[in-house]
Amino acid sequence: MSATIHLTLKVWRQKNASSEGRWVLYEAKNISTDMSFLEMLDAVNERLVLKGEDPIAFDHDCREGICGMCSLVINGQAHGPQKAATTCQIYMRDFKDGATVTVEPFRARAFPVLKDLVVDRSAFDRVMAAGGYISVNTGSAVEANTILIPKDKAEAAMDAAACIGCGACVAACPNASAMLFVSAKISHFALLPQGLPERERRVLAMRKAMDAEGFGNCSNEAECEAVCPKEIKLNHIARLNREFLRASILKK
Amino acid sequence: MKLDSKIPEGPLEGKWDRHRFNLKLVNPANKRKFEIIVVGTGLAGSSAAASLAELGYNVKVFCIQDSPRRAHSIAAQGGINAAKNYPNDGDSVRRLFYDTIKGGDFRSREANVYRLAQISNSIIDQCVAQGVPFAREYGGTLANRSFGGAQVSRTFYARGQTGQQLLLGAYSALMRQVALGRVQIFARREMLDLVLVDGAARGIVARNLVTGKLESHSAHAVVLCTGGYGNMFYLSTNAASSNVTASWRAHKKGALFANPCFTQIHPTCIPVSGDTQSKLTLMSESLRNDGRVWVPKKKGDARPPGQIPEGERDYYLERKYPTFGNLVPRDVASRNAKQVIDEGCGVGPTKLAVYLDFAEAIQRQGLPAIREKYGNLFDMYRHITSEDPYRVPMRIYPAVHYTMGGLWVDYDLMTTIPGLFCLGEANFSDHGANRLGASALMQGLADGYFVAPYTVGGYLAGTKLGKVEATHPNFRESESAVSERTMKLLSVKGARTATDFHKQLGSLLWDKCGMSRNEKGLKEALSKIPEIREEFWRNVTVTGENGEFNQVLERAGRVADYLEFAELLLKDALHRNESCGGHFREESQTPDNEAKRDDTHFCYVAAWEFMGVGQEPVLHKEPLTFESVPLSQRSYR
Repeated sequence: MSATIHLTLKVWRQKNASSEGRWVLYEAKNISTDMSFLEMLDAVNERLVLKGEDPIAFDHDCREGICGMCSLVINGQAHGPQKAATTCQIYMRDFKDGATVTVEPFRARAFPVLKDLVVDRSAFDRVMAAGGYISVNTGSAVEANTILIPKDKAEAAMDAAACIGCGACVAACPNASAMLFVSAKISHFALLPQGLPERERRVLAMRKAMDAEGFGNCSNEAECEAVCPKEIKLNHIARLNREFLRASILKK
Repeated sequence: MKLDSKIPEGPLEGKWDRHRFNLKLVNPANKRKFEIIVVGTGLAGSSAAASLAELGYNVKVFCIQDSPRRAHSIAAQGGINAAKNYPNDGDSVRRLFYDTIKGGDFRSREANVYRLAQISNSIIDQCVAQGVPFAREYGGTLANRSFGGAQVSRTFYARGQTGQQLLLGAYSALMRQVALGRVQIFARREMLDLVLVDGAARGIVARNLVTGKLESHSAHAVVLCTGGYGNMFYLSTNAASSNVTASWRAHKKGALFANPCFTQIHPTCIPVSGDTQSKLTLMSESLRNDGRVWVPKKKGDARPPGQIPEGERDYYLERKYPTFGNLVPRDVASRNAKQVIDEGCGVGPTKLAVYLDFAEAIQRQGLPAIREKYGNLFDMYRHITSEDPYRVPMRIYPAVHYTMGGLWVDYDLMTTIPGLFCLGEANFSDHGANRLGASALMQGLADGYFVAPYTVGGYLAGTKLGKVEATHPNFRESESAVSERTMKLLSVKGARTATDFHKQLGSLLWDKCGMSRNEKGLKEALSKIPEIREEFWRNVTVTGENGEFNQVLERAGRVADYLEFAELLLKDALHRNESCGGHFREESQTPDNEAKRDDTHFCYVAAWEFMGVGQEPVLHKEPLTFESVPLSQRSYR
């Protein structure tokens, strides 16, 4: 049932990448519990704009949990209190009347803040460019059903491919490691016959790019798995490590 | 201006083949001397940019999001059609072509649609080769399902995330070209003007959304893949940043806009719950394969659904359309939902909803089977409504979802501006007055992977283009016009937000130009738009400055464009005094209240020429001829 609540927001404000940030308190009054978290921020922002103040900048797009654009840390948790949900899928019914809610950006060396809650995740694109693909030009594909893939393999590949590249795994990791993100792509292709010709090259190149971007190492904290909105599992990291070891040994 | 669709001569089946042969080729050594700009990185943009780069062209790619992977194609759920006929159930290129022409209610071009059906199979091959994890059968072959309005199983899918997987496939091909140095990505950029030199598209002016700086880029051809304009209605299933600005600015520079009133209202969306809602979430129509749509027979029946006995339920789609039942095309399903709700049989707290019930399917197939097929959709529904669709029926209501209208293009997908191509949802070409489910992904990828790489090359090889740099005075001129508009937005300092104006516009359009339209309502809306626009420029408030990350400014610019474009959409809807597909004019219906076309007067594409804001646009007609599929009234009964 719908109700109305009042919250205090403690929000990270930062003018741009080179300025210092600070915490600012905002009152969020008369918030319907049917609103999504982002709709609540919209409402706060509308009021700020009418007062002539700079509204809180945050990233969002599809608002249905698939584009990976939204990116907040709410009360210390990447993507907020719900399991298997992105920030845009958080609803105000999860918050208590009168509570203070902290809202801050994803924090990682490889994700510099651009403004307020908006960070630059282009490091992920560069890691993908290093090897997150199968090299096949348009037009040179064989008839689709000549590649047979067992149903369970296809399902397992899909589990990994479901990654939305939001970066919550990095934000939650004490080392700001991108291992879950990278391993999801490695796993997706390692499980499919199409991925085999570039198997060794891919894992070596993507790992190298990941390190070059300033992401940390994995120390098995499992925080990434806990916050992943698509429930990408740690076993993909284990597969990445095996693939990496194998490729390193085979490397001429 | 004479519209030339450049449809090749000869039998339908061989048109594309002959045309490809007739298109001039660019010498392989010369390809690297050409620069191509691609705006937008959805399925059409990513696939076009990757494929053009593979051929050797230098490609610059622009996207509004922080990464090309986030374009709104990613949210497509249900699947992608192809005429593979793997299930051996009678499908063929011809049947896919026929279904698409008929589904579009005879307002699309036969030649384009036939090409789309021919190409469909190569798309599946290409995506599988890229590693797209489509659903499989136990034997390892690809799985298919039937989907909205089709009587054959021709839809390929990756759970309920087909758009995501196809887009990630195209994105990976794109990133490979980035690594090879043939593609440069410009993310967080918004195209704000198209630049013409000697009448041809030679570049764009884009705003860097992080720094606020205007950036000019020159090229030999510009490819717009910027999606649809459904967000004009404020509430839609589109992503927040989907907008009409790129298309509209190109229109203002001379590209004709075709059939803007053809908008698709999708029948299965989660209903509106309050006035602070920012978007409507689509529930894939694949749900209609197993879910049954119903409302209580008794008006205003407030009992919970479980307490309404079978005999007191009206499964109205099954009752009225025994052949297609719950699988009727989107426009028919949406209109029928509106009809039962208007009659007072709506359900839920707002009464603006109908039930989509899985009880029977769960009983017949078992919970695990339903969970495997629709698990993520059911989860999504539960997140939003805090109701469990495994136990209680979903509540659904139609919402604006897709726009069939778009920039007019010829058979080469080139607009009326030489060198300006338009692909995917942004063009008008293949879906007529109504798009069938699982056909948007097919069209986006067909345009990008398999049409534009040939036709853009044909244009470049066959056209003499002088050297143009971004220092050309026409770029300066565009930059100053864009800056002037931005400064004007910032200087108003009024009392209403751009969002507030957007809501006002959206609700006006939804009321007067939504699921059903009439002359009186359209005229009323047309008289209000100039008033809203006038107030906008007098009373909008935009905080912050130009030279910074400013989301308020971004939004205001888009709303300002909607306030110009809305007038064109309404004029198109008013002039088309017939019902066809998603465009339902109350004045034109059959005795059964179905859409009634008027082929004598309206069997054409309406392509509008811009004459100035608030000025009467000029209508150009491209007659449609049907040689392979005889014109007939659609019937799904």
